Formats: sequence, C-alpha cells, structure tokens
Amino acid sequence: MTALLSIEDLKTHFFTRDGVVKAVDGVSFSLMRGQILGLVGESGSGKSVTGFSLLGLVDPPGRIVDGSIRFDGEDLVKGGEPMLRTLRGKRIAMIFQDPMMTLNPVLRIDTQMIETVLAHENVSRAEALKRARDALVMVGISSPDERMQSYPHQFSGGMRQRVAIAIAMLHKPDLIIADEPTTALDVTIQAQILAEMQKLCAETGTALIWITHDLAIVSGLADRLAVMYAGRVVEEGETARVIERPLHPYTKGLIASVPQGKTRGARLQQISGMPPSLRSLPKGCAFRPRCARADEACLEEPALEEKLHGRKARCFHPWSLDEAADARRQAPSRDGMAETAT
Amino acid sequence: MIVYILRRIGQSLFALAAMAILVFIGVFAIGNPVDILVNPEANQAEIAATTARLGLDKPLWEQFARFVGHLFQGDLGTSFVYGRPAMEIILQRLPATMELAVTALILAVVIGVPLGVYAGLKPDSIGGRSVMAGSILGFSLPNFWQGLLLILIFAVLLGWLPAGGRGETVEVLGIRVSFLTLDGLRHMILPALNLALFKMSLVIRLTRANTREVCLQEYIKFARAKGLSSTRIVLVHILKNIMIPVVTILGLELGSMIAFAVVTETVFAWPGMGKLLIDSINLLDRPVIVAYLMLTVVIIVTINLIVDLLYSALDPRVRLSQVKA
Ligand SMILES: Nc1ncnc2c1ncn2[C@@H]1O[C@H](COP(=O)(O)OP(=O)(O)OP(=O)(O)O)[C@@H](O)[C@H]1O
Ligand code: SF4
Ligand SMILES: [Mg+2]
Repeated sequence: MTALLSIEDLKTHFFTRDGVVKAVDGVSFSLMRGQILGLVGESGSGKSVTGFSLLGLVDPPGRIVDGSIRFDGEDLVKGGEPMLRTLRGKRIAMIFQDPMMTLNPVLRIDTQMIETVLAHENVSRAEALKRARDALVMVGISSPDERMQSYPHQFSGGMRQRVAIAIAMLHKPDLIIADEPTTALDVTIQAQILAEMQKLCAETGTALIWITHDLAIVSGLADRLAVMYAGRVVEEGETARVIERPLHPYTKGLIASVPQGKTRGARLQQISGMPPSLRSLPKGCAFRPRCARADEACLEEPALEEKLHGRKARCFHPWSLDEAADARRQAPSRDGMAETAT
Repeated sequence: MIVYILRRIGQSLFALAAMAILVFIGVFAIGNPVDILVNPEANQAEIAATTARLGLDKPLWEQFARFVGHLFQGDLGTSFVYGRPAMEIILQRLPATMELAVTALILAVVIGVPLGVYAGLKPDSIGGRSVMAGSILGFSLPNFWQGLLLILIFAVLLGWLPAGGRGETVEVLGIRVSFLTLDGLRHMILPALNLALFKMSLVIRLTRANTREVCLQEYIKFARAKGLSSTRIVLVHILKNIMIPVVTILGLELGSMIAFAVVTETVFAWPGMGKLLIDSINLLDRPVIVAYLMLTVVIIVTINLIVDLLYSALDPRVRLSQVKA
C-alpha cells in the first residue's frame, strides 16, 4: 500500500531582512489513508510552518526551498498554485488553533460554509446549504438552521471550533491538518472535540495530522508520531513504540516531562536548557547543547535514519539500541536533567 | 438608543448656540455692514435710515435677542444684501453644493478603494508604491493649489474641460442639477475631482492600512485553506471588513465636504453655498453667514448620526450589543 502523503526532506525558509530563518529544515514523514499522525514539538519548532507548507500557504518572505511533498501520487511542490487550489479545502483541509480568529467576523456562518462547497463543486445554493447543515449536525451542533444564520461572535469558542471542523469536513477530505485545534479551549471541551475528531476521521476514512506541543494529547490519539526539534523531524515511528522506547534524547526528555498515572505526584523531569534560536543553531546536532549523550561525533549533523525496524531517528547515539550502554550513560544524564516538582 | 440620539441632539443645540454668539460678535468686530451696503455718496440721513432698517442701531445684545426670538418662529433673518430671507438664499444654492459633494464622494470611493486595496495587497510593488506616493501629494498639496493646477492642465493647456461655472442645468423636482446634461457634467468633473482629491487620498491610505491588517488575519488564511479563489477572498472577505472603517470615515467626511466646499467653489466659480459664504463674508451679510453656519452644523450632526446607524448595520458585532443596550 502506498502512502497517502509522504514528505521528503522538506525545507521552508523565511528570507527576512536580518537573515534566513530556517523554520523547516528537514521534515520527513509519511502517512497512510485513514491514519492519524501526531506532529509534536515545542513552540517555534516549525510545526505550523510544516502544515502551511503542505497547503502552499506559506507567505513571502517564506518559501519552500527544497524537498518533496507527495500527496496521492502527485508532487505538490512541483504542482504549484493551480493544483494546490483544487486540493485545498477539497482533499486537504486545515483547522487552526484559535477558533476566535479563524472565522470571518463579518460574514454569517452559512455564507462561510456555502462558499466552501461552491469553491469546489458546481451545485445549487440549496444543495450547498443542505450540505452545510448536514456538516453542522455531524459535529454535534443543535438547531443548525438557526445557527447558520448567526455570526461567529454569537458562538462560544468550542462551538466555533466545531464550525471550523464542520467546514473542514464539508468535502470529506482525504487529509485534515489540525494545528493545535484544542489548545485555546478549556479542558472538557478539549476532550470532547478530540474524541469527536477521532470518531469522524474513523467514519470517513480521513487521515489526520494533529499538530501539538502536548505529547499527552496525541499519545492516546495518533497511530504515528513525528517529533520536531528546531525545524527538523528528529524521530518518527509508531506511537506506542515511540512512547515506550524513545530513540532520540529529545523525545525521551519530552516523555519524561509528561505527568503519567504511575509517576503522578513524583518529580517530573524537564529538558534542561533553552529552546534553540533558529538564527544561531549550534554546529552539528541542533540538540547538542541540551543533550546529555552528546560527544564529539555530534559536531557533525546527524541524518534521519532507520534505527530500528520502522523507526527513524536523527541521532548518533540513540537510546534503546544498546541497553547496557544506556544504563552506563543514564548516570551522568541525571546532571543534564533539571528536576522540578509538580 | 433613543437616549443616545437625544443626547446627540442636545450636544448639537449647544454647538448651534455657541456658534451664533461667536458669529454675532465676530461680524460686529470686523466692521459695519452699512458702510459696504449703502451708496458711497449717501448722506448721513440715508445711512441712519439703512442702519435703523436693518436693526443695526440697537445694541448688540438686543440684536441677538431679536435674532433668537425670530429663530423660534423659524425665521433666520433677512439678508442685508438681497433683502430676502437668508435661509431661502442658502437653500437655493444647496443643490449645487450637494451635487458637487456627492459626486466628489463617489469619485473618492470608486477610485480610492480599489487603489487602496491594490496598494494594500501589493505594498512592495512599484504600482503600490506609486499609489502611496500619489496619495501623499493629494494629502499635502493645498486644495486651492490642486484646483489651480487642474484648471491649468485640463482647461488652459489641454482645453478639454471648462474652467468654471455650472454649465447647462435641468430642473428635476424643482431643483436645478448639472449632472443630467453633458455640458453640466463637463463643468462638474474638475471641481468634483478637486474636492475629491483630498478625500481620495484619505480613502487610499485608510483602505491600504486596513487591507494590510485584514490580510494578516487568521480568517484570511483559513479562507485560503478552504480553497476559495483570490477574487472571492478580496471581494468578500477583505472588502467586507475594510468597508466598515471606510464608510464611517467617509460619512463623517461628507458633512465637512458639503460644509466646506468653500475653496473649491471659489476656485471654480461654482455657484454653491460655499461661494455664497465667501461673498457674504465680504459683504458682512451677517444673517446669511449665521444661517449658513447653522445649516452646516445641522447637516454635519445629521450625517454623523446616520453614519453611526449605518455603522451598526454593517458590523454585526455592534448590531448585537446595541440590541442589548
Ligand atoms: N513570516 C515569518 N517570518 C519569519 N519567521 C517566521 C515566519 N513565520 C514563522 N517564522 C518562524 O518559524 C519558526 C517556526 O514557527 P511555527 O509557527 O511553525 O512554530 P510552531 O512549531 O507552530 O510553534 P507554536 O507551537 O508556537 O505554534 C518560528 O521560529 C518563527 O519565528
Ligand atoms: S546526535 Fe548527539 S547531540 Fe544530537 S541528540 Fe543524538 S546524542 Fe544528542
Ligand atoms: Mg504553531
């Protein structure tokens, strides 16, 4: 089975006045139909720019400088704007972080839904309206006819995000890119939306890229994980296996910083050091200054390689390969981890 | 809502009263209208008779009291010069000014909004920069100077358009208008353009700034992610958002355009209210000056009120909060 989406060494740079910002500088992952991929990384690691690159929505001074994005056999980077426009909203949809900002405040909900239908299909307004209504029902909005006549400000945050999801679902796309869609919502709504998205995608066979900085959210949701650090994917693999035996020291640090059932109340470990500045990355591995396993070899740049079967990592000394060596390294690594109480 | 309107009316009444007092004192301080009105060879008795006829022999406060008394009977006084009710003279000139102001407003929007949107979408292009440079000129060159330049280029050098006057007019519902005849239109182009230039620059800058701001909003990116064409994004998503400030500002500006078309009307000898005001000031025709300024205040206040209502009609967020209030 060929992948629905496969990204190969994608690079998206911003050519700003004070230098080139390599926001995305080596992102690779692939996704099968109906699969859910969690794209994880701390703030500024290039998750959103990756998402926008997929849809060709990176604005100047940014542009894709290298790499390929293959979607259902077609190269989106080469296909350019005409091809992208037919895909956007139709076969690849996107949901943004802040539902307060994604709906146009001066247009009614029905207008914003109908136009999405009509942008891709030559149907009557009545038909478009009916589809919009069905989509609202699907995401659990009651009295949709009345709701459609409203303006965005008349909705709560959770409702707005449901509308955005309904819009994304209008054409039953092959892929939805959800860029931290629950971060701005409170916890109960967050859980509801998460569950609904999962259900909808399973029902319609839609693949999902769930972008988040919160590993806890995706670990229960995603089939696969891609972990980003400083614009690069540093680890990719099946979620359960990545969580259980992370390869990359950064991934391991991320997992250690998530509160878990058995360690609740215990001390949480945080990754020491500051997130990197994209303008002045260290030589070699970008994680080196924060890495307890770093040595001279890490002054070269590691490549994203298959370390275990079906598991890739971008590291010279990955964990879990040599348990004995790991045990020996574990002791000094303690110093590298700042301990904080929860 | 009603409280709000009442308060606005109260404020404008206060403005009217303050202005009437100022104009009375001002005209009194400048000089004696009788000196200008009577025949230079008139003798002492004739001058005294005219002064008495116009009521100028009374002390200023008494003149003012009489004016206020008449005002409550709907009488704004009689022109010293024409001997006819001041309001009647002004209203006769109103259509010419209205016609000019509305045409100028339409020009400002029809030319200014597209240019502003273009400059906002492509701020770094040569076209966008040129538009901005042009708007700075429109902003900073004095209005009368722009007018003279227009006359020089289009009337004198090229000879395409007439330099002044109103041209042929037709009567519609008892009002004389120029815009329905070809000759009238030809006469109107230059003064309307002159009056529009400043507002157009304002519209361009406002539209550009708003377009740039709206373009950065997430909802525009979301609209693009939905696969909408850029035409629809500009014409619906962007334009609908920027029309709110543009309509507000323009509405407010229409009032000042009607009221202060003075410079343009003088440069182009356009027989509107503004020209009448200048003539009346020269002749110290106090009733006309007072009536003109009062009418102006009323017009501006009314337009501002309409703009406020329009604004709430355009912006759904305002609409809601007003219903609640
Ligand atoms: N228009 C731009 N010009 C310059 N740099 C940009 C631009 N847009 C993004 N960047 C840079 O790209 C980097 C990655 O940004 P991105 O938004 O993808 O991060 P993210 O992983 O989504 O973070 P967050 O969790 O905060 O959303 C950031 O360091 C940012 O400074
Ligand atoms: S390559 Fe070296 S520095 Fe980078 S993560 Fe691996 S061990 Fe650490
Ligand atoms: Mg982001």
